[in-house]
Formats: sequence, C-alpha cells, structure tokens
Amino acid sequence: MSTARPAGAPKHRPREQRSRTASAALHTALVAASLVSVFPVAFIVFVSLRGRDGWQEPTRPAGFDVSNYSHILGETKFLTWFGNSVIVALGATVLGVLIAATAGYAVSRMRFPGHRPLMWTFLVVQMFPMAVLIVPLYNILGDLELLDSYTGLIVTYCSISVPFCAWMLKGYFDTVPVEIDEAGRVDGLTPFGTFWRLIVPLARPGLAVTGFYSFITAWGEVAFATQFMSSEEHYTLAVGLQTFVGQQKAEWGLMTAAAVLITIPAALVFFIAQRHLVAGLTAGGTKG
Amino acid sequence: MATVVTRVRRSFSTHWYAWAMVLPVVIVLAVLVGYPLGKGVYLSFTDANEANVGRTIGVNHIEATYKSVGLDNYWKVLSGQEGHFYSRLGWTVVWTGSCVFLHYTLGLGLALLLNRPMRFRAVYRVLLILPWAVPAFVATFSWRLMFNEKYGVLNAFLTKLGMDPVDWLGDATLQKVSAVAVNVWLGVPFMMVAILGGLQSIPRELHEAAEMDGATPWQRFRYVTLPGLKTVSGTVILLGVIWTFNMFQVIYLLIGQGASSESEILVTYAYRLAFQGVRDYAGSATYGILILSLLLVFAVFYRRMLSRQEAVR
Repeated sequence: MSTARPAGAPKHRPREQRSRTASAALHTALVAASLVSVFPVAFIVFVSLRGRDGWQEPTRPAGFDVSNYSHILGETKFLTWFGNSVIVALGATVLGVLIAATAGYAVSRMRFPGHRPLMWTFLVVQMFPMAVLIVPLYNILGDLELLDSYTGLIVTYCSISVPFCAWMLKGYFDTVPVEIDEAGRVDGLTPFGTFWRLIVPLARPGLAVTGFYSFITAWGEVAFATQFMSSEEHYTLAVGLQTFVGQQKAEWGLMTAAAVLITIPAALVFFIAQRHLVAGLTAGGTKG
Repeated sequence: MATVVTRVRRSFSTHWYAWAMVLPVVIVLAVLVGYPLGKGVYLSFTDANEANVGRTIGVNHIEATYKSVGLDNYWKVLSGQEGHFYSRLGWTVVWTGSCVFLHYTLGLGLALLLNRPMRFRAVYRVLLILPWAVPAFVATFSWRLMFNEKYGVLNAFLTKLGMDPVDWLGDATLQKVSAVAVNVWLGVPFMMVAILGGLQSIPRELHEAAEMDGATPWQRFRYVTLPGLKTVSGTVILLGVIWTFNMFQVIYLLIGQGASSESEILVTYAYRLAFQGVRDYAGSATYGILILSLLLVFAVFYRRMLSRQEAVR
C-alpha cells in the first residue's frame, strides 16, 4: 500500500530534537502558564506577611511582619476551628474509607444480584446537587438533634464521599490479581478474612488515595458546614474564614494569614496523593 | 411457591456474604441520600416553608401545617411565573459550557506541552498543579481580594499600565467573567493531569508509524492523539460538567451572599431559597429536583452518544 510514496514527502525531525526557537517558545508558554497558576498563591502569602493593613497597598514590597499570624492564632477562635475541621475531616475519612472498602471489594470480586444497580447508584449519587439534599438533611438532623454536632457533619460528609470512594476502590481492587483471593480461599480463609488479611494490606495505596480524597473533600466543604454548624465553637474552617470578611468588616490581612494556614495541610495531603488520584479516577470511570 | 422460597434461600446462602459487605454502604446511602431525596421530592409537592413546618421550641412542639399542592411548584417554575428559572438556567448552561470548554482546551494544551522530554519538566508540573491543591473556598476568597476594586492587585497593575481600574465584582457581566476565571484557574490542573495520563498511555509506536507515513504534526494530533484520548476525555468531560453545574463555593463565596444577583447559578439560588429570608423549603426542593433531572438526562444522553461513537468505529 504505502510502498510508492511520492518522493517529495515531507521529512520530519525526530521528536526529540527541537530547534532553538521551538524550545524557547515551549518554555515561554510553560513559564507564562506557571506564573498564572502560582501568582494568586504567592500573592496571598505575600499579603499575609504585610501586617493588618498591608493589603491596602498590594504592590509595595515593604513592611513585613507576622502580626496577622500571631493575631489569628492568639486572639481569634482559629485554632478551635482548625481542630473542628481536623476532627470532622478525619472522622469522615476513617468512616468513609472503611465502609467504602468493603463495598468496593464486594462489587469488584463477587457477582451478586444488585451488583449493577449498586454501581449505577454510586455513579448517580455523584450527580446529586447538594441543593436537593440539604433541606431534608437539615430537617432530619434537626429531628435527631444532630445539628451543630460533629457526628451530624461527619455522617453527612460520608454520604458525599462514600459513593466516589467505593467507585475508585472497586477500580483499584480490580487491579489486584484474583489468584491471591483464590490462594487465601484454598488456605481456608473466609471471604471476609481474605479481604481483611490479604487484600487490604495489598491495597494500601488505593486506600490511602481514597482517604486523602475524603479528607480534602471534607476539609473544603462549605454549604453543609455553613448551615449545620451554628455555634461559633463548632465552626469549621470553611465557616470561620467567612467571618473575617463579612458584611460589616473586611479583615483581609487576617483572612490571608488564615488562608495560608488552611492551605498548608490540604496541600501536603494533596501532593502526596495526587499521582494516584487521577489514575484511580479515570480507571474507575472507564471500566464502569 | 415452594420453589420460589428455595430459590430465595439458595440465592441468600450463596450471596449473603456479598450483601453483608455492601450493607453498610447501602444503609448510609439509604439513610443519607435515599431518604432525603424522597423527602425532597415530597417537599417539592407541598408548600412547606419556615413558617409551617413542624418544629420544637423548648418544650412546645408545633405541628406541621403545610399541605400538598400537587404539581403547582413545578408548574410555577417551568411556566416562568416564578420568573427566575429560565434566565438562571441559561446562565448556568453558559457557565458550565464555558468553564468545561476552557478547562478542557487549556488542560489539553498544557498536557501536550508537558508531554515531551525537556528541562524543568517536573518543576513545571508541580507549579501547574498548584491550584488544585488549594481548597476551593480559600482560593475563592483570595481571588475576591485580588478582584477588590479599590485595593485589589489586578486594578493596581491596570493603573500602573495607565488604564482605568475595573469594578470586577460589581457589574453583572464582569462578575460572571470573574467567576469563570476563578473556576477555570481552579479546574485546569485536574484536566491537565488526567489528559497527561491519557497521553502517556498512547503507544509510542502509533506516533512513530504515523511519522513514517509522513503525517504532519497536525495530522498526528488529529488522527493519533485525539482518538487515543477518547476514553479519558469522555470521563473527565462528564465529571467536569457535573462538578461545574453544581459548583457551589465559587459562586456563593465570590459573588457574596447578599441580595439576589444575576450571576447566581441554579444551585446557589436553590440554596438561597432554602436558607435566606422566609425559608422556602418547597421552592428549594423543586429547584433541586429539577437540577438533578437535568443532570441525569444529560448523563444518559452523553453516555449513549459515546457508546454510539464507539459502535461506529
């Protein structure tokens, strides 16, 4: 077919070699994009170090001090909120990953009636706008007297992250060879024993990733926390941050310092997890 | 009858293990998603609001007095009587479309740039992913500061360049542009990383073969890269549409929580209905159900379209 190619067919440079201009253009584009992506973060760090009113002169690089940080740590409820966020996010993570793991394993290894509907439910629940659920949940938690409590919020966050985690873990368990299960079964382990003693240790990276995902989701959730946590003692960070920049006052200096402190743990967790996160996401999504 | 019972019993004895393992998830979903959804559907057929739902104040329990109004709520919203639905739907569609389009194209562009050997590749990658690591509510507040009319850094730059400052968050159109900008900034890294993963799974041989056959770079992109990205693109675009359609934080925290504004999308509007002024639980539930139906219809059609393309090829 392709033996008789016209003699003038264009020859291409192998892709590894680039001309100087192409290389310069490539790096210019990437540097520009990196600037756009880094600038807001760098700017907030910069403003947070400029003292209480430094934000009013955003382009003057002078007057650095850490008064914003000492103020929010010493004179606001920031640390309480931080603790609340940690409790809620960790609670939601542990509970969510535990129940998502057993379900993900069952869906991955066993064919049982209800298997397909369950997978569909996991997918469809991700589409639920919180606007559908928030009013009924508010009423239910009110009836159970779980409003303004850690338990109420933890359980709510579980319902957000569990379908996604189960979906991702199913994809991850699919990559663990079935022979391992069979070996366990031959050695006399129950299916749950196989899961708990053999598969869970092997699936630790997958579990870690879903854990990180639940944590970050809970850490950054705004809508439920704003309505459910009504007393200042129980605010999470997402609610607390709103109090710095309200209708009456605008303490942007304090806001930026809080923003930096909130971002650090989330970013750490994120950078540990991100490589696996996308793999899990797309694997679960395409295998359906 | 007896055979049915034995069949059920046999099915139970073979499957009880699987059922026991999925039971916790099923309970959580039933209690926290299924029941609220049912209740939401029910509320959307009533005239429930703050004044007439049952509640307990101290020791007194006030009975609920709201009543069923049939399809009235839906009729009011869909016939345009309520006055906001179609304009908000229009803006929500524009918002979702422009955000996902920009997410995808920018993500694809950056992934293509990154998907080649060069110096500082790892550095670029980390820097470009950074926005994803920032929680959305923190990023939104930060952008609000940068957009500030009087003291914002964007206007400071504009003034230095000799231009007039812009009221980024004042005017309705600019508000929308600003919201899209913030959301694009937040969402591109996810697309970029996902597409990069897709690019790396395309076998090198395909590119080499195309090159041997004299394909131009554009042809290689069009006939090798894009088809190779099909499954990844299908998934990330679906997820992107769902997430953006329901993107609450950016709009709610950027535009502010005050009076009604044109730049609200359906989700934030439903939220405001439920929790501001006289709390209109029924109206909010109606909006919620409508949003969910729209997304479901979209997802079904989208998946069908993808599988049809698959069948044609």
